[in-house]
Amino acid sequence: MNRFLIPFGLFVVVVGFLAVGLTLNPRELPSPLVGKAAPDFSLPQLHDPGKVISSNDLKGKVWLLNFWASWCGGCKEEHPVLIHLAQSGAVPIYGMDYKDQREEALTWLREWGNPYPVVAVDEAGRVGINYGVYGVPETYVIDKAGVIRYKQIGPLREDILEKKILPLVRELQNQ
Amino acid sequence: MLLVPSLATAYEAQPLAANPQVEARLKALAVELRCLVCQNQTLADSNAPLAEDLRREVREMIAKDMSDREIIDFLVARYGDFVLYRPPWKLTTTLLWVGPFLLLGVGATGLVFALRRRQKKLTDVTLSEEEHNRVAQLLSEGTNRP
Amino acid sequence: MIPEIGHYALILALCVAVVQGSLPIYGAAVGNSMLMSVAKPAARGQFLLVLLAFCCLGYAFADKDFSVLYVASTSNSQLPLHYRLAAIWGAHEGSLLLWMFILSIWMVAVSFFSTHLPEAMRARILGVMGLVSVGFLLFMLTVSNPFERLIPAAIDGRDLNPLLQDPGMVIHPPMLYMGYVGFSVAFSFAIAALLGGTLDAAWARWSRPWTTVAWCFMTVGVAMGSGWAYYELGWGGWWFWDPVENASFMPWLAGTALMHSLAVTDKRGGFKAWSVLLAIMAFSLSLLGTFLVRSGVLTSVHAFATDPKRGLFILVFLAVVIGGSLILYAWRAPRVGLGGGFAIISREGMLLANNVLLVAALGSVLLGTLYPLFLDALDLGKISVGPPYFDTVFLPLMTPAIFLMGIGPLAQWKKASLPALALRLRWAFAVSMATAMTLPFALGQWTPLISLGLLLAIWILTTILVDLRERLVQAEGSSLGGRLAAMPRAYWGMVLAHCGVALFIVGVTMVKGFEVEQDLRMNVGETATIGGYTFRFDGIQEVKGPNYVAAQGTFHVSQDGRDVTVMYPEKRRYFVQNQTMTEAAIAPGLLRDLYVSLGEQLEGGAWSVRLYHKPFIDWIWGGCLVMALGGVLAVSDRRYRLAWRRKEAAVPAATQMARQTVS
Repeated sequence: MNRFLIPFGLFVVVVGFLAVGLTLNPRELPSPLVGKAAPDFSLPQLHDPGKVISSNDLKGKVWLLNFWASWCGGCKEEHPVLIHLAQSGAVPIYGMDYKDQREEALTWLREWGNPYPVVAVDEAGRVGINYGVYGVPETYVIDKAGVIRYKQIGPLREDILEKKILPLVRELQNQ
Repeated sequence: MLLVPSLATAYEAQPLAANPQVEARLKALAVELRCLVCQNQTLADSNAPLAEDLRREVREMIAKDMSDREIIDFLVARYGDFVLYRPPWKLTTTLLWVGPFLLLGVGATGLVFALRRRQKKLTDVTLSEEEHNRVAQLLSEGTNRP
Repeated sequence: MIPEIGHYALILALCVAVVQGSLPIYGAAVGNSMLMSVAKPAARGQFLLVLLAFCCLGYAFADKDFSVLYVASTSNSQLPLHYRLAAIWGAHEGSLLLWMFILSIWMVAVSFFSTHLPEAMRARILGVMGLVSVGFLLFMLTVSNPFERLIPAAIDGRDLNPLLQDPGMVIHPPMLYMGYVGFSVAFSFAIAALLGGTLDAAWARWSRPWTTVAWCFMTVGVAMGSGWAYYELGWGGWWFWDPVENASFMPWLAGTALMHSLAVTDKRGGFKAWSVLLAIMAFSLSLLGTFLVRSGVLTSVHAFATDPKRGLFILVFLAVVIGGSLILYAWRAPRVGLGGGFAIISREGMLLANNVLLVAALGSVLLGTLYPLFLDALDLGKISVGPPYFDTVFLPLMTPAIFLMGIGPLAQWKKASLPALALRLRWAFAVSMATAMTLPFALGQWTPLISLGLLLAIWILTTILVDLRERLVQAEGSSLGGRLAAMPRAYWGMVLAHCGVALFIVGVTMVKGFEVEQDLRMNVGETATIGGYTFRFDGIQEVKGPNYVAAQGTFHVSQDGRDVTVMYPEKRRYFVQNQTMTEAAIAPGLLRDLYVSLGEQLEGGAWSVRLYHKPFIDWIWGGCLVMALGGVLAVSDRRYRLAWRRKEAAVPAATQMARQTVS
């Protein structure tokens, strides 16, 4: 009788996994860079192409790096959240204009508002690859030592901001 | 369309890639890598912009004489094991790689044991059947005796 | 109005299904003939109702009724009629209705072709099928209603995905579903046997033809899916070990194992419990496939639009049906008798070894498909398992199985001698080895894998010849023709099916070993040569289709100066979804396919073009077709035709109850 129950036992295990699987998202790719040093970059600025913004300039403070583009629909969705966050002054958000045209990016910011103190231009997408970006928008939380602490895949939402990002930022700022 | 043959042989089309050797190596690598945007295509086949960017990166790495291992490590460092279609040998994937052969071993052993077990059961039964037949034979012999 | 009729028909069908799933099974348990006789009319009634619903949906599509949500999301006014109808199964809800429709076809077939079965058996079989249909109808009526209205109606539909606007779409899903759903018949036979306790060799004999027919459809369905991917997706591949492809391959593997194990159970009465378990497994894998495609649990190019509610429903349904079956199995199977004995080295032993290998292969495919999910669920990271894994693992498991394919048919039932077999097969082995080692050199390239593939294929063919010769020598009859004709169709079916496998292996080996690909930039007038064929690019013209506009290239192909063909690859832009699609041009042939795929326009009017020469690739699908034909031939064997025609008097149920079951 015992060995005849083995198929049933195996089946229960499989169904258990499938049930858990219903709550997961197989397309989402968590970043292997969380906990590691944020890749350095040194790029021209969107509003002032002659000047350079480098990741080293930002050491010593907690900041958000937001990859966006004017051709990206999800970026429009999350933009009001970023504007709101910028107005609150809780943490600076630096923009990374990913694989975009300068004119279109400038127009887009004029139309929808500019939450970023500085926007870096990653025209070829190389910095994006270094950060493991596979779609926009994506946002990273980087601490004072320049280590990536959190990656948000997809548009930022108020609830994620409240529950995950702002508490983390406060903790990092107190270190 | 009538083509007038030139003095030289008819024009031979050129390979699309600038450097066929680099391209061949790229293809060998890209066939085992997953496109992260269209997640059901290899990096070799996908037309997504990110796929083109990644192919460009890999080409540059090949041109810099990086080994296959180094190129794969570069991508895994940024995107994780997810980008590999051939799962790496790790503690967590041991069951995956060993599993099929374990299954075969278990199945083969199970089959042999099951066959041996049923042989024993049946030989037990047939012995007593033989005895039955013997008894019946003796009985019939007994009744046939004058 | 018509969609509402369809909707109502489904509700009625559900009521009938509930009756069909309960009364006959209860009637069989207590021996009530009247309750049991409800099964047949219920099954036929369900068929008519589901047919009505199906026709109503078809009408909505044909009539471009965009007030039906499903029609609006998968069709369009510019879509040609045959694709509008094929769009019935273009997305989730409609494909469920197709599932249900095909289930009702199988039910009505069982109701007609089961007159030789005991009444209780038939009642239980149709009852179990009724229970399965309850699940699907309930699913449709609660969270997946194809007749849901869209108020206000859409002005025009969102169109069928351009990738699906293809003849393959018309045939592949129905064929595949005939296979998937067909295994529900074998499943129902198994459950009916467990419920009634009548698990004897007769059960295997009745079950075999149904299993074989379902298997034939499955073979054709999977092969068509592969062939369709080949010519539709534009990158020349034909199997990607994609989760949904695997979801159709696993039931096929189980079905193949089941066919072979039923041969043992039928002939020698042995391993009944195992055959029952395989039957449950085959259908369980069909249901698992349904779950994987629709739940969003795995990423796949095939996946329907996902919704966690739907996934949950199917999972619960799966758990109830399969869990219930396996509990019934655990409870009833131990009581089943053993059947005739046999040695480890015997035909039975080899058939079972075949089973072990096939089930190990099946387990590996399942493991590889679900492993990323396992790790993710345990929070151990995200990995991908793709063709490199499956190719590495599948080949070592299948190779011994193919070797057995040569030895098994020659082995005697009950007990065989390995040395004697080796003696009989030494010629076949020598020829296979010699040819496999030398032929690749003649063909132009030697690698171990090419040699192995050729070895396996030639082994199958030579062993068939050895077996045939031995049987002819032993057969009675004066003339060769007479003796050949006297051999049962079941034997010829096996021969044909195994030959099909050999053809398949040749196709795979030759394509993988010898295919050539070139990525070129071509200006008009330029040529390229691959595989001995010269392709000349003659230009691009604009071509209008019913719902697309295309840039069509003209390629003139010649070989050694002689004209072979002209090929017209296209790059299409479909208006409605504004999607671009590559339509590759294929020149099929018995010994090779030529494949041209347009890339993009480059500077200076040149185009990027991909050219392929693929030797023997059509043998892959040809081999599958021959396999399926073998199955059809086997089913047309005398004993099934006689049994069906004879209409043996059904044994009254009361006598069934009294019969003891341990053999």
